[in-house]
Amino acid sequence: MAQDAISPALSPLAAPRGRGGLAVFWNRFRRNRLAVAALGFLVAIHLVALTADALAPHDPAALDLLNQFADVSREHPLGTDEAGRDVLSRLIVGSRVSLAVGLLAMLVSVGVGSVIGALAGFYGRMTDGILMRMTDGMLTIPTFFLALLVLAVFGSSLTNLILVIGLTGWMVVARVVRAEVLRTLPQEFVLAARAVGASDGRLLVRHVVPQAWASVIVAATLGVAHAILVESSLSYLGLGVQPPTPTWGNMLSGAQQYVWTKPHLAVYPGLLIMLCVLGYNVVGDALRDALDPRASRASIA
Amino acid sequence: MSRYLLVRACQGAVLLLIVSAVIFLIVHSAPGGPAILNNPDVDPHTAQAIARDLGLTDPVPVQYARWLGRAIRGNLGRSYQHQIPVVQLIANRIPNTLILTGTALALGVLAAIPLGVISAVRRYSAVDYTATVGAFIGVSIPTFWLGIMFIVLFSVTLGWLPSAGMRTAGVTTGAGDLLRHLIMPAVVLSTFPLAQLMRYARSSMVEVLSQDYVRTAQAKGLSPWRVLGVHALRNALIPVVTVLGVIIPRLLSGAVITETIFAWPGLGRLAVDAAVTRDYPVIMGLTMTTAVLVIVCNLLTDVAYVSLDPRISLR
Repeated sequence: MAQDAISPALSPLAAPRGRGGLAVFWNRFRRNRLAVAALGFLVAIHLVALTADALAPHDPAALDLLNQFADVSREHPLGTDEAGRDVLSRLIVGSRVSLAVGLLAMLVSVGVGSVIGALAGFYGRMTDGILMRMTDGMLTIPTFFLALLVLAVFGSSLTNLILVIGLTGWMVVARVVRAEVLRTLPQEFVLAARAVGASDGRLLVRHVVPQAWASVIVAATLGVAHAILVESSLSYLGLGVQPPTPTWGNMLSGAQQYVWTKPHLAVYPGLLIMLCVLGYNVVGDALRDALDPRASRASIA
Repeated sequence: MSRYLLVRACQGAVLLLIVSAVIFLIVHSAPGGPAILNNPDVDPHTAQAIARDLGLTDPVPVQYARWLGRAIRGNLGRSYQHQIPVVQLIANRIPNTLILTGTALALGVLAAIPLGVISAVRRYSAVDYTATVGAFIGVSIPTFWLGIMFIVLFSVTLGWLPSAGMRTAGVTTGAGDLLRHLIMPAVVLSTFPLAQLMRYARSSMVEVLSQDYVRTAQAKGLSPWRVLGVHALRNALIPVVTVLGVIIPRLLSGAVITETIFAWPGLGRLAVDAAVTRDYPVIMGLTMTTAVLVIVCNLLTDVAYVSLDPRISLR
């Protein structure tokens, strides 16, 4: 492709192509040491979540009422909570729900956002007008209130939670994909595909939308951060994943009742939420810088 | 200008209509209905009678038309839980939420812009690095956890600040008491806008500082303060103002959580209670109130945008 000849820094959000492109990209990413550390942390925490059952030293739901608020010991490295449950085990198992909800909600957002953005950019005119006004509208309503309402009304199952977070977070992806589609449509290879008679659907799916992957990955990474935050906030308000399934959000909600006597219980889950969200934000930002060194602006995430 | 305002008001009205219809539909498709009908102390027969009294047995479109007819005349119905008119309930709480969100927004803007400017001017210095990492943490920290940590530190450990409410019991006046209760929730709520605005202010200032007109201003011998304050800042603020439009809805969402942690008697806590007890009239009332607040704030943002950038005019 001709794009390879141009310095990647000159082409707008150019997806570096081929192995050479990836190497250039990785070299740029690697220079951001904070981002490399964040990526390392994220890989580690996801491995923990994947192997949570094997790693957790105790059953996270096992009550031990004679052993409430136990201090740090070899048996309980982080002590126990108000019901005598092992805090470390609950943190480990809780990571699974928090991260899974974050990732799955992000997938919903990316799916919906890509379709809306692609249709708006491809068909233009009325379609574009209606879809983008809808996107603007969604951006200006307090979506958290909407999520809260829907969960209170329809009940907060895991599926509802993922759908609600996903369906209130697709707007940034839609805008990004639309912009990329508008950029790609006038290019020669699209015209060529159209000239040989590719259908609209094929044009979009095979030629136009794949061009947006770099921008979508950036938006998706920042989207996971947002989804984890929203999940934990909803769980904290009691509208997220219901006990006894431990999540970082509902652990905090439980710990708040004992904040006057056992403040340390509230520290760990919040710290983990913050580190994961921070990790995704830092990596997302570094990805954007590495893919497009010119655009180091902050995002609307 | 007046023509523009008229168009915007019409758009706002259409948006309100759509939002109200969608939320009404969502709320009224709730399986089970409002909490007052599910009270185990109320026998099914009485519950049925109450539902009929409240008009809940009618088809949803009929109920919506009735609600809309009253709402246009300023009557938002009565709260099921509180048994007082929704308008009164919301009017009682609005000032509290405005005090909280207003203070938080002011704190955020007043801290973010100088920080962003300093970061941009002293790019890659220790100050810039600290502020940038701090902003990253600020957008990543869960509001409710920060609130709990503040309570642990300032109320539990140090005992400096009250952990809940808006006034000490028995005290009804006095700005000092209110201020002591306001500090923690306002600072917690301001974290996100502060961090986000700082990032925008920094990147926007970095871009502006590399522009020719800034170099020209420096070259003709203007003092650094004049270059920064008059030539650069004004242009750097334009993108920052546009972000306010996105930040204000986030602030209202944040208020829901902040008010819950600090037991602040505002709209946010009312929203959580109303959603959980399915207090339909209150939910609808709050939806409309928030929508109006957001529409008005967006309009103000646009007007501010135009007054900063003479290249853009309102049509």
